[in-house]
Amino acid sequence: MAKNMTVKVMSDKSISLALNRIAHEIIEKNKGVDDVVIVGIRTGGAVLADRLKKILDGICDADVSVGIIDITLYRDDIQVKLDQPLVQKTEILFDLVDKVVVLVDDVLYTGRTVRAALDAIVDFGRPRAIQLAILVDRGHRELPIRADYAGKEIPTSKSERVEVHLKEISGKDEVIIDRSGRGGV
Amino acid sequence: MSLKIHHLLGLEGVSADDIRLILDTAVSFKEILARKIPKVPTLRGTTVANLFYEPSTRTRFSFELAEKRLSADTINFTTSGSSVAKGESLKDTVWNIEAMKIDIVVIRHSASGAPHYLATCCKSTVINAGDGAHEHPTQGLLDMYTMREKYGKLQGLKVVIVGDIKHSRVARSNIWGLLTMGAKVAVCGPPTLLPVEMEKFGVEVHDDLDEALRGADIVNILRLQKERQKTGLLPSLREYSRYYGITRDRLDLLNDNFTIMHPGPMNRGVEISSEVAEGPYSVILPQVTNGVAVRMAVLYLLSGGKGKVDEE
Repeated sequence: MAKNMTVKVMSDKSISLALNRIAHEIIEKNKGVDDVVIVGIRTGGAVLADRLKKILDGICDADVSVGIIDITLYRDDIQVKLDQPLVQKTEILFDLVDKVVVLVDDVLYTGRTVRAALDAIVDFGRPRAIQLAILVDRGHRELPIRADYAGKEIPTSKSERVEVHLKEISGKDEVIIDRSGRGGV
Repeated sequence: MSLKIHHLLGLEGVSADDIRLILDTAVSFKEILARKIPKVPTLRGTTVANLFYEPSTRTRFSFELAEKRLSADTINFTTSGSSVAKGESLKDTVWNIEAMKIDIVVIRHSASGAPHYLATCCKSTVINAGDGAHEHPTQGLLDMYTMREKYGKLQGLKVVIVGDIKHSRVARSNIWGLLTMGAKVAVCGPPTLLPVEMEKFGVEVHDDLDEALRGADIVNILRLQKERQKTGLLPSLREYSRYYGITRDRLDLLNDNFTIMHPGPMNRGVEISSEVAEGPYSVILPQVTNGVAVRMAVLYLLSGGKGKVDEE
């Protein structure tokens, strides 16, 4: 892959600033974190959810519950895909009823992943509200879904590929756009 | 990730990778069963026909529950009160059901090989829910799942299968699966209920129970199929129970942290004593729970791959 085909759009510093800002916005909007729980979408969202929890705990001197959701079984393309995606565990070990669930994912694109996650969450109970926190919003929605908290909005074309690298998974923090024409998230 | 197999007809010849994928997937499905709403929309629009040509409670309920937990539509078929009573052949029955747009056929049949035959003559995915004395692959998988859940691995475990090996499809599926996964398998039963040349499967063969149990980790006790004992293979149930029944005092021969399994339904006091069936080392009821998760994994993994890759 030629080097000029990829552009770095967020550095480790800007990712960290964005998460801190999102944390403050969550506190502001919900007047504290008493009823707030965080649920990250596997895999990138789960890592970001953990980081948000630590920031919120630090600011509010609280212990915010954090869970992981795997949306594989709620996808709408199971029967059109050649490969069955590997189903991983969902870990929500607390009660969601009457809580404010902050759903966390790395990239918001078509909105289909979020749609699947919303379906999955309501199977665990009836939260008072569900809010969406996203690191990168790249546009091209196919469903009426928007983020309540967004780290960065990046206009992209569908042929571009947005890659979010996180320390816990790939050893470094950065967001890059790949213009080599493969498309996808 | 996807399976190499397109039907689940037996565990003979199924690769270790496929078995591992099914067992790993079942771990995630078990979590779903513990949820407040234990149901996911994954197989919406998929129709499953459960064809039970032989009586079954556990397996039929387990499959049906697995299908419903995945939101598939199910239709059930039992031989009494169906066109089979009017003399329709297996192939015609399936073709007719298929004409109503079926995706998956789950079949139990008294004839060994019936699911294999179906797989050659129909377009649906076929899952064997027990065929004659041949195989019962989902039982083999759920037994392996249960063992792996307790010991964290299958490699190197020593499993003894006790009872009527000759008529047991559970035994055959366990043997094939466990050997593929690197476990050591021994079978034990009265010589009249041990097939000749059993060693060729790659298992140890015993007719002395104490000898078989020594140093084993897991005892999988087969149901003595009373309905198959009319032909004089056993002198009496009492004699069978005395020589091959698993009782509390026999358990001392096993390794520490041993496990007792039984595919059900149990004949208490014949192949297993009540004390053993209800002991803390018994995983007979967890086996039933795990059965639903494993069957969900099989249905999920076998139902993919009908179109083009659409990567989000």
